[in-house]
Amino acid sequence: MNKVDLASRRGFLGGMFSASALVLAAEVMPARAADKIQTAEPPWQPSVYLGIETDGSVIIIAHRSEMGQGSRTTLPMVAADELDADWTKVRIEQAIGDPRYGRQDTDGSRSIRDFFLPLREAGATARLMLIRAAAQQWGVPPSECASNLHTIVHQPTQRRLSYGELVATASTLPVPKKEELQLKPKSAWRHIGKGVPSYDIVSMGNGKAIFGMDVRVDGMVYASIEHPPVFGGKIRSLDDTEALKVPGVSRTVRIAPFTPPAGYQPLGGVAVIADNTWSTFQGRKKLRIDWDNGPNETYNSDEYRKELEATVHSACKVLRNEGDVDAGFAQGGKIVEADYYVPLLAQAPMEPMVAVADYRDGKLTAWAPVQSPQWVQEYAAKQLGIAKEDVTCHVPLLGGGFGRKDKPDFVLEAAVLSKELGKPVKVVWTQSDSIKFSYYNASCALYMKAALDDKGRPTAWLQRSAFPPIPSTFILNAVYGDAGHLGQGWTDIPFEIPNLRVENGPAKPHVRIGWMRSVAAIYQVFAIACFADELAHLAGRDPLDYLLDLIGKPRILDLKKTEYPNFGAPYDLYPIDTGRLRRVTELVAEKSGWGKRKLGKRSGLGIAAYQNTLSYVATVVEVAVDDQGNIRIPRVDTAVDAGLIVDPDRVRAQMEGSAVFATSIVRSGEITATNGVINQSNYHDYRVARISEAPYQTNVYLVDSDAPPTGVGEPGIGPFVAAFCNAIFAATGKRIRELPIGKQRLV
Amino acid sequence: MIRLKVNGVARQFNGDPAMPLLWYLRDLLQLTGTKISCGIGICGTCTVHVNGEALHSCVTTMRQVADKEILTIEGLSTNGDHPVQKAWIDVRVPQCGYCHSGHIMQAVALLKKKPKPTDRDIDEAMHGNICRCGTYQRVRQAIKLAAGVKS
Repeated sequence: MNKVDLASRRGFLGGMFSASALVLAAEVMPARAADKIQTAEPPWQPSVYLGIETDGSVIIIAHRSEMGQGSRTTLPMVAADELDADWTKVRIEQAIGDPRYGRQDTDGSRSIRDFFLPLREAGATARLMLIRAAAQQWGVPPSECASNLHTIVHQPTQRRLSYGELVATASTLPVPKKEELQLKPKSAWRHIGKGVPSYDIVSMGNGKAIFGMDVRVDGMVYASIEHPPVFGGKIRSLDDTEALKVPGVSRTVRIAPFTPPAGYQPLGGVAVIADNTWSTFQGRKKLRIDWDNGPNETYNSDEYRKELEATVHSACKVLRNEGDVDAGFAQGGKIVEADYYVPLLAQAPMEPMVAVADYRDGKLTAWAPVQSPQWVQEYAAKQLGIAKEDVTCHVPLLGGGFGRKDKPDFVLEAAVLSKELGKPVKVVWTQSDSIKFSYYNASCALYMKAALDDKGRPTAWLQRSAFPPIPSTFILNAVYGDAGHLGQGWTDIPFEIPNLRVENGPAKPHVRIGWMRSVAAIYQVFAIACFADELAHLAGRDPLDYLLDLIGKPRILDLKKTEYPNFGAPYDLYPIDTGRLRRVTELVAEKSGWGKRKLGKRSGLGIAAYQNTLSYVATVVEVAVDDQGNIRIPRVDTAVDAGLIVDPDRVRAQMEGSAVFATSIVRSGEITATNGVINQSNYHDYRVARISEAPYQTNVYLVDSDAPPTGVGEPGIGPFVAAFCNAIFAATGKRIRELPIGKQRLV
Repeated sequence: MIRLKVNGVARQFNGDPAMPLLWYLRDLLQLTGTKISCGIGICGTCTVHVNGEALHSCVTTMRQVADKEILTIEGLSTNGDHPVQKAWIDVRVPQCGYCHSGHIMQAVALLKKKPKPTDRDIDEAMHGNICRCGTYQRVRQAIKLAAGVKS
């Protein structure tokens, strides 16, 4: 249930609109919350704003962060389409962080899913008001009037009034009730289903786009921070004599270590302050710091891996249990076991962490490329001991986010320093800082076991995982995975197997754990979809046929007995439908020419299919391996069912990008630690795919669907990771059970 | 005193000659179209032209650019209408867009040397430019479009 109303122009809308504009607010209510509120009037929580000025310009506020996924353009486009607005007359304004916008945290591939309908309703409301305004001016029934690209037409006489001419009258009218709205039929959509180029595409190509790194405010100084090399470390002694001699450096500031749990607090360390960025880096090199590394000094990722593996080789916490797995194994048949492993991963966006903060008179203003400006409000306020209403966070473009920029620790650093120095501060991390001090995607050990019948089909299936969980960053002693991330392919394994048990074991963290694009699906889908491929080969069956057999008949997965948050969406509206999973699998098989393509020597195809963030993706990867074991990826085919597709080109772009991102994970994605210190420091030792290593061609096929739209930023990753590894097996006979491929010999 | 030209404008620099060109452009001239990423010359994000050659400005010092002509993304065209910039828009290349100044400057340098590049030429020329969003397929397509080479 969503609600659209006239917005008060007071308060946080500030100067975005003129006093004479018609401004609408759309309230976004999660379906579940709306169900619960039957009698009481829900609190007024306007989320999305749309305004029309008397000159006809339309202003739509983008309240979600733009980091390459395109929602800063796509969401306003949806509203503009329903308004029947001329897209060239639409201006997009980026919102500051404010709870009154509703959920701004740009994660979980949720922007289109959560805001498609509310934005249509906002647009349709404004359109109806303009129609009624025109009818009133002409003295005709509204039913004789219709919109036509920024004008209202009186159809019998073909008289026309432009939107701008109608604003004054429309502003005096009552806001229509939701029941009165007529959303455009699909056939009348100008942009939805077709898409428009990014609002920022020109400025991205001419250098004028302002990213977080480009923010500059008057009187600001620059800061670069030497963080404790080991998570939780503290300064024992500091000698900054030489650092202060560097031209441009004015002083150093100690930042206090955090109080566990780390959450979004600064890590602590020493900030070097200078009048330009480069001098801060030079100054840092001259710092002499004796660190007390603390208890995480004992963390070695190789040994830690062994602990995780030991955990999954014993009984763990049961999350889902169907039939009787132990009885299934006792019955005999062929027993297959396999261990899978994925290391820590860093998001490594091209734009390192950066933030500008200006603390004065008890209030903080920040400019930061963050995925969640409201978290800046909340946590910066807590850090500084001020009210969160006194924190204003502006959001420039993000030079990539991938989950890392959900964590505002670097903004809190700028806030603390600004308060200390009494002037605006720009904190600039190096890429090395970004890689060494990430909130890492967890390392994970996974144990898989199956009993196969005489046709090679599993009669019993057991899977166990252990990884330091994301909650450990926020809650002391949290050691088990949370239901949300376990629900990214693990608890919701979609295979039709009579005896199935899903388990998760405990793991203590030694670094900050966070999320990276597709998060737990990286390791969970890797293990499940590669193990399925292993079983297919053991059974002597075609991996595609075997996969379809495992997916089983079209059905709604029954997860009532499992804690399953379903990506925050009601299960009855967005159930896991194995029919949809089958369909993308069959579609990608057909389009990729599975079983029909002639491939060269040491070439092979791999397939995998999975649901994530409520979208269904199936991928076929072709690999070609040369005599030295070098891998090329000549072609990728991906089928996507993400419900109704709002901008097909951006969905394709997300799938193309996911293929490259996942290529990096498989080829070279690995963060390791020795004595608590992260070993990697930049793109030379934390390698990401370059143009010649990336897939040469990724073909994307979109399922034509009128189902509610779902997210596409993340679900392409897991299936690609598994399909890539399965293709390597098909090409070389080498089974990839641990990532990255790295130094593993393929030939 | 170091003299140089940036986008056709004569400039003088009195600071530390070891300062990388990148920080001079960004912090002193406020030409922020040239971006910073790796800082060690391996990702291409900071690519500019120095006397027509594509170079990584994060590892090119001010001393090295004395008396040189620098071209940044801001100076590439007056209205953002260089054929490569136009192709970038037509193919809808950018996602987050952060690395694309560098990609475009590198691609322009490539097309000067090889107006009709092959896939191999593109791979070699663009190998030093990382895009974490993974837009490589479209980078290739846009370069071919700008060059009038069939995809």
